[in-house]
Amino acid sequence: MFLKKIALAGSVAAFAASAGYACEIGARVNIVGNEFAAIQAVAAGAKECTGASVESNLTSEHQTINVAGLSGNPSEYTTAIIANSSVVALMNEDVIRPLNDLVEKYGQDLQPGQLIKIGDNIMAIAFMANAQHLMYRKDILEQAGVEVPTTYEEMLEVAEAIRAQGIMQNPVGGAYASGWNLAQEFNNMFLGYGGSHFKPGTAEPNVNSEAGVNALNMMKALSEYMNPDFLTHDSNATNAEYRAGNVAIMNMWGSRASQQTTTEGVLQEVIDGHAIGAPLTVGGGDIPATTLWWDGWTVGKNISDEEAEATFIAMKHGIRPDMLNDETTPLAVWLIEGYQPGKDAEGVFAAAKMGTPPYPMLPYMGLMHSALGNELADFMQGKESAEQALADVEAAYRAAAIEQGYLQ
Amino acid sequence: MRHKTFLWFFLPTGLAMLLFIAMPIVSVVTQSIFAPHPAVLLEVENCTPLIGCTTETTVDQEATAALRAEKPLGRFVGLDIYFNRGHLAIQEIGQIWAANETWGGFFTELGNLPFYRAMAFTLTFVAVVTPLTIVLGLVIALAVNSLHRQLKGLMIFFSLLPMIVTPLIGSLILFWMIDSRGVIGNALVYLAGDPDFSLKASTGLMWVALMVYGVWHAAPFAFVVFYAGLQTLPQDQIEAAQIDGATRWQQVKFVVVPHLMPLVTFVALIQLMDNFKVFEPIIGFSAQAHAQSLSTFIFYDLGGETRQLSSAAATSVMTIFGVAILLSPVLVRTWRDFKGAR
Repeated sequence: MFLKKIALAGSVAAFAASAGYACEIGARVNIVGNEFAAIQAVAAGAKECTGASVESNLTSEHQTINVAGLSGNPSEYTTAIIANSSVVALMNEDVIRPLNDLVEKYGQDLQPGQLIKIGDNIMAIAFMANAQHLMYRKDILEQAGVEVPTTYEEMLEVAEAIRAQGIMQNPVGGAYASGWNLAQEFNNMFLGYGGSHFKPGTAEPNVNSEAGVNALNMMKALSEYMNPDFLTHDSNATNAEYRAGNVAIMNMWGSRASQQTTTEGVLQEVIDGHAIGAPLTVGGGDIPATTLWWDGWTVGKNISDEEAEATFIAMKHGIRPDMLNDETTPLAVWLIEGYQPGKDAEGVFAAAKMGTPPYPMLPYMGLMHSALGNELADFMQGKESAEQALADVEAAYRAAAIEQGYLQ
Repeated sequence: MRHKTFLWFFLPTGLAMLLFIAMPIVSVVTQSIFAPHPAVLLEVENCTPLIGCTTETTVDQEATAALRAEKPLGRFVGLDIYFNRGHLAIQEIGQIWAANETWGGFFTELGNLPFYRAMAFTLTFVAVVTPLTIVLGLVIALAVNSLHRQLKGLMIFFSLLPMIVTPLIGSLILFWMIDSRGVIGNALVYLAGDPDFSLKASTGLMWVALMVYGVWHAAPFAFVVFYAGLQTLPQDQIEAAQIDGATRWQQVKFVVVPHLMPLVTFVALIQLMDNFKVFEPIIGFSAQAHAQSLSTFIFYDLGGETRQLSSAAATSVMTIFGVAILLSPVLVRTWRDFKGAR
């Protein structure tokens, strides 16, 4: 895996060198961001720039350091690579700058869809999209004689058929680990049932509703077909189960699609049988039970204008159309001009086409997500009713929102 | 030592303690009684790739910046955060008390409040792991001490291994072993005769696993301390006891243990503190669904997408109080012994 990363970075660098693409910057650039292949490719692209230092700190713990790292003056980092959930924390703390002038000066060739606008301000430049959608083993479904499901209700039938025929005891996979993952699965299902997390125009919670109860009951029904350890399985563990041939069907992140068959040690039957599909709907709803995400970069507020300019140029160099090649193209659903989506991208595009709602970009959504992650495990273990679990979520959220000043 | 000499002697340490212990505590207490300003919210149009534009709420930066400039500490909330649902939950307890006739119902509903649920686990963990660690450490120390000289070094090394292994790695190794596809997990499935049997899905078994890990990890520390103590054991006392016809058990009970008593107090103090702040195994075992502690609350308050600094600070202060309460009996006893010795 490590060798692959080096090879990847190397090939990107070699490609740029051969193309003779010039990127001159006049001040330091320092990147903080999440760690996965697509982001590593972007950071490697930014590092080709010459004239000043370009450093990066890519870690899965990025969100615990990016606010602190962009505060202070001058701040440690000049840019943070974020997603639609985490940009909110940076905006709440007022540590990133509007990019309107820089886009006008250096970013005329960016796609309009890449500009993340909050009101009139461009706050981030998106470079990839992501969504959870169906991944399944077509060989197992064929063996069981069932169709590919389009709704969660059908997924339950498929699971029952696979179990009843003794093909797999626990055919359903899901990132249901207590905490962030479990909360995200609830968000998917809740939005699929037509729920909305807050009362319109306010920070008042609104999850203890019919949609919330339905969402929890569906999650519980699915969990009956999962490995009994499901409350400890995050997306990494769920994918490991899938690649080991222990899972036949699951709702999984699009950004993982290309790695399902290429990771070391994947069983041959998984490589042959792997297939992806559109996200599922639930409860007769017409929008899928999933959320649409983007990843993008921002420019810090607490740095000099020269550094901001250098950061913009370098980061834009990292996501220029030329950076797409055989190695980097399958890594993500890029929002970059000239991107030719491959098979792995079908799920995310299907999600977008079906009108999947974006993950709510609200200042208080992070608090709701934490409250959901902490309070739903009791219900999943059968220790309390759905109504009680959702009442607990609202109470926990309310306490946090009052502390943070969103509620009185 | 004269007071003046002592003062000069102590000054560097005192300054360091003031700077690195007292000041941070003052800062944490301050943080816990202030909260962020009420957010000034705005409705704006938000545009997202592949989707288009929707109306969303965001924070009005200019208005918020003005509020912050005026009062940089935030708004004073006194003890509100200590009393809210995430912490002591005073109001919720009142409601539960009023709604329940029986103690059983009261405690069931109390267990639904995060702080009290965390306390139930933490105090059980402290009460079980601390004595077991001390007993196990003593047993290992006595066993190793009675070994042949050439074997001792090797055994000491092996006994220390659990402490040498990084806590998070140690707990992860155990976590994988008790996974339903791991060595121990698989054996348990076989023994239980139920393919769906899972240690990680049961709160009771998860608690047992966490406590086993706690003892496994801390016993070497107790062992080293007691083993060092055993080297100072006066041989003539042991010989006298042997001449009086004391059995091995009686020698341990009446000579060895009383000799090691000050060390037992020391190990108990350290272990009470450490166990009250139990953290690594909960994270390593992904046991958040079954067990929480004050330390994991702080971790999640700071690790969420919106950091709850005031809440984390309040929990930290409560941890300090909790440790102080737990240690008070031992400290009072030590103080009495000290006064008695003078």
